Order: sequence, then structure tokens, then C-alpha cells
Amino acid sequence: MPGAADAGCPAPPDGGGGPDSPTAARILSFAEELRAEGLSVGTAELLDAFDALAEVPWAQRESVREALAATLAKSQEDRRVFELIFDRFFFRAAEEEALERDVREQGGIDASDTHAQIDLDQLRAQIAAAVAEGDGGAMRDLARLAIAAFGRQGEGSGVIGVDVQRIRRALGLRSEPQPDLPPDDPRAAGLPRDHIREFEAQLRRELERAMIERSRKLPPSRPLNELDRALPSGPLQDLAAVHRIVTQLKRRLATQGHQARGRRRRQHVDMRRTMRASLQTGGVPIVLKHRPVRPRRPEIFVLCDVSTSVTSASVFFLSVLHALHDAFRKLRSFVFIERISEVTDIFERERNFKAVSEAIGRDAGVADVSGYTDYGRVWEEFLAQIEDELHPRATVIVLGDARTNGRDPRADLFAAITARAGRTFWLNPEPRLYWNYGDSVIAAYERYCEAFECWTTSQLEDFVKALTRPALGSTS
Amino acid sequence: MPVEPQSVEEIAEGLRGVGYLPGDSTALVAFLAAKLGKPVLVEGPAGVGKTELAKALSRYLERRLVRLQCYEGLDEAKALYEWNYRKQLLRIQTEERGTGWDQVQEDIFSEEFLLPRPLMTAIDAEEPVVLLIDEIDKTDQEFEAMLLELLSDFQISVPELGRIEARTRPVAVLTSNNSRELTEALKRRCLYLWLDYPELDLELQIVRLHAPELDDTVARKLVEVVHRVRELDLKKPPSIAESIDWARALLLLGAEDVDADVFRETMSIIVKHRTDLDTVAERVGVQLGGLADARRG
Repeated sequence: MPGAADAGCPAPPDGGGGPDSPTAARILSFAEELRAEGLSVGTAELLDAFDALAEVPWAQRESVREALAATLAKSQEDRRVFELIFDRFFFRAAEEEALERDVREQGGIDASDTHAQIDLDQLRAQIAAAVAEGDGGAMRDLARLAIAAFGRQGEGSGVIGVDVQRIRRALGLRSEPQPDLPPDDPRAAGLPRDHIREFEAQLRRELERAMIERSRKLPPSRPLNELDRALPSGPLQDLAAVHRIVTQLKRRLATQGHQARGRRRRQHVDMRRTMRASLQTGGVPIVLKHRPVRPRRPEIFVLCDVSTSVTSASVFFLSVLHALHDAFRKLRSFVFIERISEVTDIFERERNFKAVSEAIGRDAGVADVSGYTDYGRVWEEFLAQIEDELHPRATVIVLGDARTNGRDPRADLFAAITARAGRTFWLNPEPRLYWNYGDSVIAAYERYCEAFECWTTSQLEDFVKALTRPALGSTS
Repeated sequence: MPVEPQSVEEIAEGLRGVGYLPGDSTALVAFLAAKLGKPVLVEGPAGVGKTELAKALSRYLERRLVRLQCYEGLDEAKALYEWNYRKQLLRIQTEERGTGWDQVQEDIFSEEFLLPRPLMTAIDAEEPVVLLIDEIDKTDQEFEAMLLELLSDFQISVPELGRIEARTRPVAVLTSNNSRELTEALKRRCLYLWLDYPELDLELQIVRLHAPELDDTVARKLVEVVHRVRELDLKKPPSIAESIDWARALLLLGAEDVDADVFRETMSIIVKHRTDLDTVAERVGVQLGGLADARRG
């Protein structure tokens, strides 16, 4: 393992791990970063973390990481963020220390002479083998060589992400099979995507290290990209991930009605069951039996924009709702671009997210002439089709970016819909920042309904929760 | 004499000794739990050995296992304690004549009339125990709140009797399938452990431990297939328990290789949904067939 490659390890305690030691200060600022990313790290957690750290050997990076994770990150999602922050924080801490003490790495990365010595084909093969096997140590060592060989050291693009991708392409690392390569090449059958990501992370880290050494200062620390946790944006992007989210949401939402019911559960005494129970105690009614409160089962009409910009968000949202169909008395879904078409059947037939997206792309081609959304026409057709079915107990949900492409928004028709339905919600898959810029006319509709931004799973979950919550205000 | 582990390696070794192969983080968190006396919240998909961890801990630490299986509607009368109404009534009736109310009242709210439930049992035990609160996510939020006192201070307040403190610190393990978000307050009091499906090598060891007679190459192939099946988008991915079942079934059948035929006949052991069966047969079965052909050709 070369020199500072494992410098991500927290510094060993300088004279004990008491609250005044530099180590403690470091853990505290680490916790500070975690808080900045939205983890709730309280004093209780920090105390636990110190207790735990006192019990594990300092020199073992993995033990320290696990001990901190067990005490500070209390859900799977938190754990993911924790991993990202942990790597970044201790990497930066080590680099900062190195800068202060003016430690520089020896050898390895000076391109001018190494270039000649490295056999490029052999290096490619070695890297491919390491990535195929997921050998972390070898990947780390090879990442440095790869940068030296393929990285055009010192004259990189200046943007680390670009350099990483360029090196990856130069090495021919791809997850899909490459049939034109000889069959004994590990790349021929495609490499595991996780391993490629890991190798990219190593490249990124080495490039950052080199950049810090060149510029002799730390770049400003950047908050984690919120989009790391956003809804899938590209169509059919990562289906397994989407499906996982849907199943998890479904389970969470399927149970949440019960807890919300808890407070109101004890309202009406069930006389018959109480008398029955009192027989056990000689006719003295010691135990009261209550009538359960039934959860609200709304009738829902969903209208989803499936023009290219918002397709995946729409299909995703529809699958969530249909996965939850038991929670609703009735659920009808429509998709639209220029005109609307009903897709309730597709969802009843197909449970598979991928099949559904394909079916929508194919069958419900939605009389898509221009491919531009026409909201005015959509309201008109929607009213014509289901006007009679709308009533004050119905809920209408629209999912769309409210970008009319310059056409008339016809807010008056939309107002007519909202007037007939009990509740109307608008979900906008764009961040609120972009609302009403360009051709977005959400302000025109927002007057008649409640509008939510909905571009991360947690926002979506909050919305669906609000939707299925028993007895929500005005209409029931 | 209950065992007290002194290092992570020791507890990992000990757990292995009682037939549970812990991953690195599992061993570390188990060690911290025993050392710091904090409860552990274990989350993860079904069938990765969350409950088994608690059982293994109780075997290794030589402590009794007290188990509370949670379900919707579980309340303190079933989890903590309940007054034995009938016995109280009887007592009142038999003593109706001659005794003053004050005396009877003092009598009937004494420990004699208390029916201890799992949590009370764990608190009140002479010897330290392992307390397993299984599937905590199935209960209501109110119940979680009730657990807080127990988990942070290991004590229970009974209004009529006052506070009952634990004589010994139990090692508490809470498991959850993550079917709902647990409250911050509960999480704050626990160490957190996310158990996922094990890495290939670890699962191979687990399978070997439970089906030692199975041929090594078959076992490896089996675990590889299970991993491939888990990557598919299934309603219910196979758990570790199911890999073990499958290994045992292959043993019984005397299978010498996991090829397409064997797989087709036995895959119902690891895949339990009809639609899943179709997907798996289509994706994995065909691959296996392809491999076999390639080898023959």
C-alpha cells in the first residue's frame, strides 16, 4: 500500500480521547458536517460515539468507521450519506495535515518519465482484472498508475469529473458486454457496475490529491449534491433502484394509516363487545372495548404529463399510487401530452415498472402530434370525459411542470375542475426555484389548488402520506 | 458465569463458535452493545439473520433469551405487566367480611397480583438476559414511546408500585423490517446496525456451516446463483435461510451440479411467487443452460 494512500484514517489520539483533545475536536467538526447534510446528530449521539470510540482500536479505519456509523447514522439513507461524508471529511483532514507539515508524495505521479516505463496494454489488462474482481487495494494502486499513464498530468481539463470519465473511457471500462474483445479479457463480458464506480472514486480521490499538491491549498468543501438523492430523472434510468423505492414506499405507506389512527382510536365504546368482555369479570365492565375508526379511502383521479421532460417522474408517481391502490376507493389514471388517454388498465394488468413504462410509451402514445404539452386542451378533454364523476369527495392530482410551450393555459377550465372536485393537488417535478420561469405558468393554476414540489422521494412520500391520512380537514 | 467479551475479535470468534457467522460491522456493533450496555436496532430485509443474531448472542453470552414478538395492537398489558384481575376479585370476595378497604387495597396491588410479561421479566431477572424485541416496526407509535424509559434507563414505572429498576443490564436487540419509519427518540437510544444480504464468500461459509456435507463446488455455484437471483427485480428475493434450505434439498437429492435441470426442479425452494418464478426461470435458468451447453461444446 503506497504512502499516504490510506491517509483517510483519522489521526490517532494525541494523549487520550477526552473532550479537549484534537481528536475530539475533529469528531465534533465531522458531526457538524453530518448535520449540514441533514442527519440529526444530537449530543446524545455524540456521547455514544465517544463511548464507542473508546472501545475500538484507533488504527483500524474500518472499526472506527463502523463505530461512528453505528452511533451517528440511524437509517439506511443516513448511512449512505455518512459514507460519503466520512470519506470526504477524513480525506480532507489528512490532506490539510499534509499541507501544514509540507509533506509531499514521492514518485509515482510524475508523468514525464513514468510514461515511457509503463506498458500501456499490460496496465489496461491489470486494471480490468482488478475491477472485475473488485480488489480494492489493487484498484487504489492502479488508479495512480492510470492517472500517470492516461491522465495527461498537469494539463488535465481542470474539472476532475471530466478527467475521470476520460481515463475510464481510455481504459475501456464498461458495464455492458464488449463482444469485439477477446473472450478471455475480463472486459468482454462487461464489468460489475459497482466496481467501476469504486474505481472511479479512487481515480477521483487521486486526482484531487494531485490537484491539492499542485495548488498547495484545499478546494472549498462542497455540500453533497441534492440530486444524489433525487428521483430517477432519465427514463428507465435505474429500474432496480426505482422498484426498491416503490416497494419501500408501499410498505411504509401501507402501515402508516394505522399509526395515524392511533390517537383517534378510542372514541366510541362498543357496548356489545364491552358487555361480552365483562362476563369474564362477573359482569363488572372492567375492560372497555372500542369501535375501530376506519381510514379514509379517497377517490382519486390522476393526470400525469408524460412529455419527455417529466415522463419518468410521472410513471414513477403512477406506479406508487397503483401499488397503493387498496388505500383508495377508486383510482383512475390518465396521461397526457397534447391530449389525454386513460391508463388505469395498464397499471391493473402490469405490476412491473419497466413493462408499464414501455406500455405507456407504446400504447398510450397519447395522440402525440407535436410532442408539446397543451394544457388547455387537456383540461377540456378531461372535463368532457369525467365531469359527471367528479364530486366533493373526489381528489384530483395533476403531475406536470406546467410548461405550456406558449399556449393558452386556460386556467378557467382548470378552475372549473377544481370547483367540482373536493381537493386538487398539483405536483411539480421541478424544484420550486424554476417555477414561473420561461414558459412555466404554474402561478395561474396555483391559485386553485395546492401545489407541491416533488423531485425527491421524500417529498413524494410526504405527499402520499398527506393524501392517505385519515380525515384531512375540509371534505370529510 | 456469563461470558464478557473483551474485544471485537473475541465476540466474532464466539459468535462463530455458536453457529452464527457475523460480518465485520455486525461483530463490532455486537461488541459495542455488550460493552456499552446500549440497545441495538437491527434493520434489514427479511431473512438476513436479524433475529438469529439475538439468539446467537444469547447462546454465546450464556444468557437467557427473553423474546417479545411485536404485532399491531400490542399494548403494555401484553408487553410489560398486567394486574391479575381475577385473583384480585377473588381476594376481595373471600375477605369481604372483617377486613377494612384500606388493607385490602394495599394487598391487591402488590407484586403477588402482577402478571409479568416479557419486558418485565427481562428487567426483573436475577441473571442478565438477552432481550429480543422482534419486529418493532409492527407496533404503534405509542408503544415505542413506552419503550423509551425501558431502553434508556432499564427501568419500568408501575403507577401502583413505583419504579422497578433492572437488577442487571440486559443486552437488548430490536429488529425492524423498515416497514415504517421509527421515531427519532427510539433511534437516539439505540446503536444502529443495517444488516444486508451477505457478500458471496460470507454466504458461502454460512451455507457450508449449515450443510457441511455439500460438495464445495456445488455450494459455490449455489451461492452464485442465489446472488444472481437477488439481483433480479423480484417481489421477494431469496433470504439466507432459503439458500440453506436449498443446499439441504440438493444434498437430499444427491445433486452433483447446479445445472439448468436441477435448477428448474428445485427453484421453488428459493423463489416463492408465481410471477417471480417466471422471471427467474427466464433469466437465470436460461443462463445456466447456456453455461452447461458451452461446457459440453
